[in-house]
Amino acid sequence: MADIKRPLPNLKEYDTREFWKGTKQGELKYQKCDDCKTIVFYPRRHCTGCLGNNLSWHIASGKGTVYSYSVVRQSYHPFFRNQIPYAVAWIDLDEGPRLLSNIVGIDDPLHEVSIGQRVEVEWEEHEELSIPLFKPI
Amino acid sequence: MAGQARDAAIVGIHEYPSRDVEGQISPLQIKAESAARALQDAGLTWSDVDAIYDAGEGGGMGGLAMAEYLGLQPNIIDTTNVGGSSYEFHAGHAKRDIAAGKARVALLTYGSTAHSNAAAIGVGGRGGGIHPVDNMESFSGMTLIANYAMVAHRHMYEYGTTSEQLAEISIATRLHAMRNPEAVEAMTALEFLDIRETSIDDVVNSRMIADPLHLLECCMISDGGGAVVIAAPEVARDCQKPPVWILGSGEATKYPEIGGDLTTSAAVQSAPQAFGEAGVTPQEIDIAMVYDSFSITVLTLLEDLGFCNKGEGGTWVEGGRLRFDRPGDGPALNTDGGGLSSNHPGMRGIFLLIEATRQLRGESCSQVDNAKLAVAHGNGGMLGSRHSGGTIILGRD
Ligand SMILES: [Zn+2]
Repeated sequence: MADIKRPLPNLKEYDTREFWKGTKQGELKYQKCDDCKTIVFYPRRHCTGCLGNNLSWHIASGKGTVYSYSVVRQSYHPFFRNQIPYAVAWIDLDEGPRLLSNIVGIDDPLHEVSIGQRVEVEWEEHEELSIPLFKPI
Repeated sequence: MAGQARDAAIVGIHEYPSRDVEGQISPLQIKAESAARALQDAGLTWSDVDAIYDAGEGGGMGGLAMAEYLGLQPNIIDTTNVGGSSYEFHAGHAKRDIAAGKARVALLTYGSTAHSNAAAIGVGGRGGGIHPVDNMESFSGMTLIANYAMVAHRHMYEYGTTSEQLAEISIATRLHAMRNPEAVEAMTALEFLDIRETSIDDVVNSRMIADPLHLLECCMISDGGGAVVIAAPEVARDCQKPPVWILGSGEATKYPEIGGDLTTSAAVQSAPQAFGEAGVTPQEIDIAMVYDSFSITVLTLLEDLGFCNKGEGGTWVEGGRLRFDRPGDGPALNTDGGGLSSNHPGMRGIFLLIEATRQLRGESCSQVDNAKLAVAHGNGGMLGSRHSGGTIILGRD
């Protein structure tokens, strides 16, 4: 069962491939419109604030706050069933974007995760990209 | 209620009775069977139907495939699929199309063999897809239940809501299910361990699936289906059963945003449209058919529909207020037994319309005396990320 891996993003997906390329360099990237300053996340080609496409990539600090979370006790997925119990969380990055990830680097997800908790990115390295997981600061 | 338009009415309903078809019938066959029985209920027939609304769950190209399968040549074909709330969207669209004179008799159908397919709707990890959303989120292993659980956690954090309060929703729904022979049969067929009325202790002591949601706060995964026939006033007057008027409709979507509020749903946008059009207030509603994928779904939606203020849902549902035998205390909730204890084949929005219609006809197993007004609110997609909300207000003559 050692070959059962976490489901990984597809590097060919048009809107999000730049984000995932950045992860290989340890960069947690998000987009901001040069014209109207709207932050766009998840990544897209177009600005959702104005009608333009002048989005620039910025690198987040990797620090954020747990907005909400759950500890998964039951999964039928071949990879995740072996991770139980594990914490999934919406994380508000200090720069604004809210992203979904796991809280790691703790012994007991049932008691060591909380809303409002400060966390920072911890990269899980794979061949072509890295997965942004988060650990308590 | 001056100015209240009575442009279209539900005139025929059918709920497919089996929740475990044991591979004997397909989703398409369930749709066709339910359509025939609903038309029969109305006193209409195939040739009366000139509009179909279809979420495409039967395969093929939605309404295109269904028109041929049913042998119809409708003038309106609507293949809206926004998940479990699709049928509230369909009902709103049917009312609009009938009011515009584009159709006279509209047919909505649903069929699913989710249980027979052993589809682990709730606890399957999400497969890696090519949509950008999937590409950003699938790595996390968020199950559907964990998605809703994150709404519950945030609701508890912000408002002090408790698991005991959420359990009120489960026990009221189970009470209604125990009065519904089809629901009891469903729980039997799906091998529920303990088929009886439940207590708050039963719910909070049941197994945790994804913190803070327990087993008895989660819907079942059944087979099933149903159909609804909606007709213009001149048709409705000649139907067998009394008309149940669609008085108002609203629809909306919601998705994650920077600084967004996870405890608020699309219903805050769809409900004012529907109540405003109907010219009624939540306080006048006798029956609340509110999508119960999970306990937290109902709590959130009751607040957003306007039955109480945001954050006060936990206190508001305490003390059995949602039971069918507590008129004057607020609406009776999911009197068929809901998705928690009667029927959830994946997209249960059609059953909200069906049971609301039973109540307004006086046909429910947990009949509320003299029920006059009902709300059906469907939630499609996932409450804790991107979802749709469809609100329908129904009233009798
Ligand atoms: Zn812009």
